[in-house]
Amino acid sequence: MRHLAARLRAEQNWLNVIWPSLPIIAAVLFTTILLLLFGASPIESFAAMWQGAFGTSDHFFAVMAFWVPLLLAAAGLLITFQAGLWNIGIEGQIIMGAIGASWVALSLHLPAYIQVPLEILAAMAGGALWAGIAALLKTRGGVHEIFGGLALNNLAIILTNYLISGPWQPPEGGSFRGTVPFEKDALLPLLGSTRFSPISLILAGIAFAAVILALRNSTWGLKLKALGRNPRSAFLLGVSSNREALMAMLFCGALAGMGGAVRVLSWFDSLRQSISGGIGYLALLVVMLAAFRLLWVPLVAFFFAAVLNGSITLQLRTQLHSSLGDILTGVMVLFVLLFGDPLRMRGLRKARKASLSADRPKADEATSPEES
Amino acid sequence: MDSQLIAILASIMLQASPLIIAVCGETLSERAGVVNLSLDGTMLFSAMTGFVAGYLSGSLIVGFAAGAAVGAFFALIVAFGHLALRQSAVAVGFVLTLLGDSLSAFLGQDFTRLPGPKVPKLPIPILKDIPIVGPIFFNQDAMVYFALLLMAFCYWYIFKSRPGLELRSAGERPEAAFARGVPVRRLRYVYTVIGGALVGIAGAAYSLDVKIGWSEGATRGLGWIALAIVIFGGWSPLRGALGALMFGATKALATVLQRTFPEVSVVAFNALPWGLMILVLLAVSGKFTGRLIANAPPRLKRPLRQLLQVVPPAALGVELKEG
Repeated sequence: MRHLAARLRAEQNWLNVIWPSLPIIAAVLFTTILLLLFGASPIESFAAMWQGAFGTSDHFFAVMAFWVPLLLAAAGLLITFQAGLWNIGIEGQIIMGAIGASWVALSLHLPAYIQVPLEILAAMAGGALWAGIAALLKTRGGVHEIFGGLALNNLAIILTNYLISGPWQPPEGGSFRGTVPFEKDALLPLLGSTRFSPISLILAGIAFAAVILALRNSTWGLKLKALGRNPRSAFLLGVSSNREALMAMLFCGALAGMGGAVRVLSWFDSLRQSISGGIGYLALLVVMLAAFRLLWVPLVAFFFAAVLNGSITLQLRTQLHSSLGDILTGVMVLFVLLFGDPLRMRGLRKARKASLSADRPKADEATSPEES
Repeated sequence: MDSQLIAILASIMLQASPLIIAVCGETLSERAGVVNLSLDGTMLFSAMTGFVAGYLSGSLIVGFAAGAAVGAFFALIVAFGHLALRQSAVAVGFVLTLLGDSLSAFLGQDFTRLPGPKVPKLPIPILKDIPIVGPIFFNQDAMVYFALLLMAFCYWYIFKSRPGLELRSAGERPEAAFARGVPVRRLRYVYTVIGGALVGIAGAAYSLDVKIGWSEGATRGLGWIALAIVIFGGWSPLRGALGALMFGATKALATVLQRTFPEVSVVAFNALPWGLMILVLLAVSGKFTGRLIANAPPRLKRPLRQLLQVVPPAALGVELKEG
């Protein structure tokens, strides 16, 4: 008996080692087929992607500059996912953060050590505002956060376009591209001639550490977990689902807004048309791929940042559309989602049989606690 | 009625038709209990595939078939992930949304802004000569007639037919249906895939009929609109079609308003559909309107509730437990 258990454990360890690399292999195979379909050499293409990410120090710092807002958004999403919320509205929260920071940058002209913190605070407020609306739409209005968030994303994009083609239009006029460049004192201090700001990385590090502490060592984290696992029993235990959901969304929105500030105050120097460019959606993929293993999140985010920056170089060199990077990351996440856990895959057959007697809530009990 | 207004109404009907098809498809799968959230990506990918297949073969049927195949395949991934691997259908659907978007951008990159085949106009004799109704509904092409027939058929099938009863039971009381011998899991697979195929046809209808050709992100956002319309429609094809027409009317109204008030920024009118989406979902969700209805005169309560509130299938997205 003991013998069998040991063998089983060894086998599981072996599976656990090999399994995580399968999605990567699948994603690389899939993109290789796509490249061959377009008559491109896969080896040259992947080499171009590698050089685009790590070829020169400029490329590397571009990856770093992309990594910071992605990490901030992913950190915020850890909180909302823990509370069982699908914060698809994070894209709009990043944009609103960028708008908030730009508003301060354009209207105030203070010394850098006051100006920049004010901009970041305004960005956090902007992100939190958008997240708060989505949360209230859910808790007060019964609109699912996916739909509320999605509509708010589009409204944020439209607001950006309105601002840069209307009130914040540069005096030379006409352009749909962006506002005037902000003053130097309004920008985050940059590293040399790159667009990467070390201070933004420190901010992201602090934010991520705060999220880990909140999730692992605080009552709030526990409440969120209860809410995410089973809203009904959390309600019976006295966890106000509405309040905690609102708090989680505000927290995430503030971090996403900070990410937006990093975009306008370091990567760009002005508010642009596609200021986020899908970082929010990418952050959702990061958290799904890391599957709640907190310390994986920065690594996955860095990997994604490298892939996406690499695919921009790929487009410049081979004229192939840069969405190849998105395809690579998307296929990877899909495979992890579908076949992520080897033990679960094996246990599925058994679980299906046992589930009749399992303690999951019945279909008709799955309504909201308020109704019962 | 002047001819300009009739022309606008006819174009609303044309524009809304793909949405009606997509809404019918999603209504089928959600009525069976599976949320296919991938609509936005599915429609983009099938719009691209449908156009490219139609362009290369020169055949509309091949184009629509390719779109349907892509839609069915995406839906199959959602169904397989949710029903067989027990993953969140929302998570799988969301990843497919993004994947469909980027795949359509990559695979369609050599086929942007090309002229392609178009669904020809097919006026129906006699009916097209009815004043007002004729030019709006019967002086269209086959895709519009398909959308209208599909809407009527889906309504009859879901609510009036025996298999429709089993379909609804799979989404309302799966355990009870299973105990009565309804193959719930198989039904969920079948209707999710059929629904996905319809969504794929809707995507192809955009690139082969409404707005000929492919460009990156051509239908972006419409899949989400369709998902919201399914909710607004209370999971009924008829009310869903009404929602699709209302959405088309809003867009047409925005175009007219833009022409009337050129001093207002163009972008302000782009906000209209999304603002409307939030308001409409607020109205039908019940939490908000529940208070309104509670304070209404007793005689109005029932009709108001029927008009405003919608109830999702009880077991939507809930896993089936079978022995």
